[in-house]
Amino acid sequence: MAAPRPMTITEKILAAHAGVPWVEPGQLVEVRVDFLMANDITAPLAIRAFREMGATRVFDPERVAIVLSHFAPSKDIRSADQCKVAREFAREQGLVHYYEMGEGIEHALLPDRGLVLPGELVLGADSHTCTYGAVGCFSTGVGSTDLAYAMATGETWLKVPETLKFVYYNRLQPWVTGKDLILYTIGRISCDGATYKAMEFTGEALADLSMDGRLAMANMAIEAGGKNGIFNPDQRTLDYVARRAQRPCSPVWSDPDAEYAEVYEFDAAQIEPQVALPWSPDNVRPLSQVERVPIDQVFIGSCTNGRLDDLRTAARILRGRRVHPEVRAIVIPASRDIYLQALKEGLIEIFMAAGCVVSASTCGPCLGGHMGVLGKGERCVSTSNRNFVGRMGHPESESYLANPAVAAASAVAGRLCHPEELGIRYEEVAGVA
Amino acid sequence: MKEEVAAVGRVWKYGNDINTDVIIPARYLFTTDPAELAAHCMEDLDPSFAGRVQPGDVIVAGRNFGCGSSREHAPVAIRAAGVACVIAVSFARIFYRNAINVGLPILECPEAVEALQDGDQVEVDVAAGTIRRVATGETFQAAPFPPFMQEILRCGGL
Ligand code: SF4
Repeated sequence: MAAPRPMTITEKILAAHAGVPWVEPGQLVEVRVDFLMANDITAPLAIRAFREMGATRVFDPERVAIVLSHFAPSKDIRSADQCKVAREFAREQGLVHYYEMGEGIEHALLPDRGLVLPGELVLGADSHTCTYGAVGCFSTGVGSTDLAYAMATGETWLKVPETLKFVYYNRLQPWVTGKDLILYTIGRISCDGATYKAMEFTGEALADLSMDGRLAMANMAIEAGGKNGIFNPDQRTLDYVARRAQRPCSPVWSDPDAEYAEVYEFDAAQIEPQVALPWSPDNVRPLSQVERVPIDQVFIGSCTNGRLDDLRTAARILRGRRVHPEVRAIVIPASRDIYLQALKEGLIEIFMAAGCVVSASTCGPCLGGHMGVLGKGERCVSTSNRNFVGRMGHPESESYLANPAVAAASAVAGRLCHPEELGIRYEEVAGVA
Repeated sequence: MKEEVAAVGRVWKYGNDINTDVIIPARYLFTTDPAELAAHCMEDLDPSFAGRVQPGDVIVAGRNFGCGSSREHAPVAIRAAGVACVIAVSFARIFYRNAINVGLPILECPEAVEALQDGDQVEVDVAAGTIRRVATGETFQAAPFPPFMQEILRCGGL
């Protein structure tokens, strides 16, 4: 049945999951969910809420994932106890997609394992659940109670968001990645510029982006307040999904005449590598205009930039070089699969030889959890997504958010640094951005 | 639940973009115990808050309150600290849902945020959406919650 109004990809997915021919922004809809996720921090609260509701079984043990990623491998007794609560629940419920500590960060694992697919509706008890929009699904973060309700019923209620369209025209410049595009975008619209809204990313510059780059972009939609970030699938998406999908799926695309609350057009050719200065991901400047501050630590990892592309780029910069003697550099592949592949490609050896610490997959320092917490007054260049006060450690520590090439170059220089300042030509690392 | 419908308390005033990392830092997310979380509420923003806040007090903040992480521990910590209501210019989306789900009353009222000062005594009627500054009698009107959300709040959460 033809819809009486043209719809965006977000609206189409919500309509399909509400079982109605069409929806419009502002409408409250009850929708069925395709996949749910919680981690070691949010699962214990969700499990308690689930039991308090009187629920006994999850709606479908093949569609609820629990991933131990945050304080895992457990950093102390209490986090071990939280992991235990999650683990025991997963066993009791027979969850097929329970991922033990070290398997990876949920936002790297789920897309890579083909568990979140084009056209689907996904909820996760983690704000960066918006990452999966890179494959063309509607995916949003919720709290533990909302997740518990969905675990019990397979449904939730949502308000249909207005959509903001972001068009990146022209081609990407050297050294510019998905991370830079999204930082630039957040800097332009501010950290509540997309609150309650869908962010739809389009434009010719994005055709150049690998899936890893798109995942990094969608990952940070929440940093502008977005309800979801989403890409219309292209051939690259469909190829990525075809190799992985664990279920059949039905991709959808925005109608050409769909209505947008606002359309932003950005000239990709004018965008250079970006940096978010303390203490907000919207405090963004082009790298060329940021003071070359000395640093104490570099972190290359997280659900934003701990993927293979990111590690390859960083390794090409660190190959044959040494981390600055006054800098600690920490590299954390975002999943075991990524770690294994990096091992096969020799990347881990490059990192180790350069003087980096390489750890099992975990969120680790991204949330000031473990594996590289910052002390008072320390400064870090991080490839993660948040640089709030106290996010990575002491409330007086500072984090600068950047892409992996800038982070790796900064590790060598001992200060914030563009790779070209080390005499590295883009051609040496190209093909992987 | 009485103080959740009509509260009198002190205003704790904060700025824009108060994120859930400062409301409850991740280093304390090894527990789901509300009292333990409350002991560290707002710690990285205002270390004195948790020790001084009294039952019935009100947090007043600017735009985008509760942005960032989806941790439901944030509204849980605020509620367990005794805060009767958070009044802000606007709330981040996930926090808004979480607050309702855990029974923490929240009101959007830019006029009240502009007028109220740290330390003011205010009386808040969440059901009616009215906020009264005790010293002057000025009142501010926020849009009240839709009935189904009021029902959730009355029950202390989902
Ligand atoms: S890597 Fe950081 S942002 Fe991503 S899920 Fe882990 S803690 Fe959250």
